[in-house]
Amino acid sequence: MHLHRYEKIWIIFGTGALLAFLIILGIGAFYQGSQPPSCMVTIDPQNVQAHEAFKEENLGLNQVGENEYVVNILASAFNYDLGKDENGAPVKTIRIPAGAKVTFQATTSDVIHGFELAGTNVNMMLEPGYISEYETTMDNPGTYTLICNEYCGTGHHLMYATVEVYEE
Amino acid sequence: MMNHSTASKPADQGLLARKAGLPAKDAKLSMAHMYVAFISLLIGGLMGLLQVLVRTGKMTLPFGIDYYQVLTVHGVILALVLTTFFIIGFQYALMSKTVGMSDGERKWAWISFYVMLIGTVVTAVMILLGKANVLYTFYAPLQAHPLFYIGLALVVVGSWIAVFVNLHQFFKWKKQHRGEVSPLLAFMVAINMIIWFISTLGVAATVVIQLIPWSLGLVDEINVLVSRTLFWYFGHPLVYFWLLPAYMAWYAIIPKIIGGKIFSDSLARLAFIMFLLFSIPVGFHHQLLEPGIDPFWKYIQVVLTFAVAIPSLLTAFSMFATFESAGRAKGYTGLFGFMRGLPWKDVRFFAPFVGMLAFVPAGAGGLINASHQLNQVVHNTIWVTGHFHLTLATTVILTFFGISYWLIPVLTGRKLNAHINRLGIIQTIVWSIGMFIMSGAMHIAGLLGAPRRSSYSEYGGSEQAMEWIGYQYAQAIGGSILFIGILLMVYIFVYMTFFAPKGQEEFPMAETAEDALPTPMVFENWKLWIGLAVALILFAYTIPFIDIIQNSPPGSPPFKWPIGYN
Repeated sequence: MHLHRYEKIWIIFGTGALLAFLIILGIGAFYQGSQPPSCMVTIDPQNVQAHEAFKEENLGLNQVGENEYVVNILASAFNYDLGKDENGAPVKTIRIPAGAKVTFQATTSDVIHGFELAGTNVNMMLEPGYISEYETTMDNPGTYTLICNEYCGTGHHLMYATVEVYEE
Repeated sequence: MMNHSTASKPADQGLLARKAGLPAKDAKLSMAHMYVAFISLLIGGLMGLLQVLVRTGKMTLPFGIDYYQVLTVHGVILALVLTTFFIIGFQYALMSKTVGMSDGERKWAWISFYVMLIGTVVTAVMILLGKANVLYTFYAPLQAHPLFYIGLALVVVGSWIAVFVNLHQFFKWKKQHRGEVSPLLAFMVAINMIIWFISTLGVAATVVIQLIPWSLGLVDEINVLVSRTLFWYFGHPLVYFWLLPAYMAWYAIIPKIIGGKIFSDSLARLAFIMFLLFSIPVGFHHQLLEPGIDPFWKYIQVVLTFAVAIPSLLTAFSMFATFESAGRAKGYTGLFGFMRGLPWKDVRFFAPFVGMLAFVPAGAGGLINASHQLNQVVHNTIWVTGHFHLTLATTVILTFFGISYWLIPVLTGRKLNAHINRLGIIQTIVWSIGMFIMSGAMHIAGLLGAPRRSSYSEYGGSEQAMEWIGYQYAQAIGGSILFIGILLMVYIFVYMTFFAPKGQEEFPMAETAEDALPTPMVFENWKLWIGLAVALILFAYTIPFIDIIQNSPPGSPPFKWPIGYN
């Protein structure tokens, strides 16, 4: 098939740009290890407590190293369960020192939920039967709202929690 | 050189055939689909208005109507009903014009129409009764009334009958014209219907095999990830099913309206074949943030997603080449002087042209969404809503409106007059302004983290949410302007259907440029292209799909209470 000269230039330029984008994305994914959250661990959605991370006492913020934390979250319509404080009241805010390495580990006990820490790159889907995990470093102090960004029912927009990153 | 001009042969049959519009029976069939489409536009648009108003926090819905019920109606009726009916109706008109329609085919086309209509009504009733507030993506394990899914299945089955009618028309023509290149528009309709058929197999599988038995209580649990994967196997080609009819008009109708020729018949066919190959094996780019799918296969589908941008780049080139040759043929010179040769005051050109312009930011946004890691910044934020209000609700819809300005008069035996032409231009401008404000505000708010598909919420007085609400006001302003645009368009439709002066409106179909080279016959090798499309799908999906099934967690029971359905 004959192509006009300008058209060849245009196709080479366009396809070349797309290839360049893909190479950058590929290097990010496979060389630097920056993949989208794709945790492969499964769980019984009707018995999530059988998994160590989602036992009542392990929910919420857990310090695992000097500057390393794991946050276990159990989502259900329309709430993020972050465990209970000393007085037995549900935790709605977790506080993390700036610069800490944090692993968010979450699942759902009912329908699909979103898990978005607005203003950060923490964003993943929570699906029944799977654990979703994302590791990040919280560098910038501030107050971040954890919101459900996947429709989960009539109270979807009321499902949130707060993460505070404080300067030490 | 025998072959190339046959692409536009039916248009060459002289003034008489061209002026004669469509056979009355075919016009009636097409028009039935248009009624459903424009009624849907009005209802769906009203729902959209309610949404943007509720999201300012200044208004609540009366009679205990739930925000998400309104949202479900908006999505189902605009994204599924309006598009499907308009496209199938438009394609019947194109097929009738290029390859003709037999009485038997017409009978089946009517059966298809009624099956889809019954399906639509059944689904709509369930939504209005509040038993299906699951949005138009109906993700399990939220569970709607079984009739919601059965209605949707009927819409799909009805559309399959339309697929077979169109393919029967097309391949009958080919049998009667051995060795000839098929008419370009008929070729394009055939491609679009094959994409539709291959992709709807996925959504039909999840609806019929998984969701219906589960909603009837025949099985207790559902495999959520399998259901989502089947849905998104369909969900992305769906957007190309919307886009390709717009491309049909751009490639083969607009050149006629601007007094030019089709720049290259071959290039148009090449673009459509590339859509057949690359529009389906890309569903994972909607599932990038999901657990349970290997990131390697996500990346493979990201690569294929980028490949589907190439035919759109080809299209952009073809359009501007057509504009330039038409302008220069009229004697306009200079680097961009040819732009002055375009009929800016003809709404049949102006509306789709604005749609094309919108596709520049829309396409760029699409590449961002599909960019593997970058998706994390925008996934399920209202940025995505802003994105498809540019692609579907601007590019595609303004082109559909542009088609309506001549198609409705052709179907009703009336004329597009100066009154409607002027109103149409105003409508296009109103739409562009409204969408610029609404979609722009959605894009910005999305980058700030505002979620999509969410009713008004202050998220416990969070500072971030306060920032988003400002943009929700802008969305309400844009959305209200858009609703004015919808009222104008519905008025235009009613006027063109019942009140415009009687006459013969031209059915604009362009011819291929004389100096264009013959169309290679390899484009008519259907076994090859369908075979390649299937091979790519198998490549992109087989291993990850087996993986998903083999590593499945226990299934999910149904949940009805979260959607207020007890």
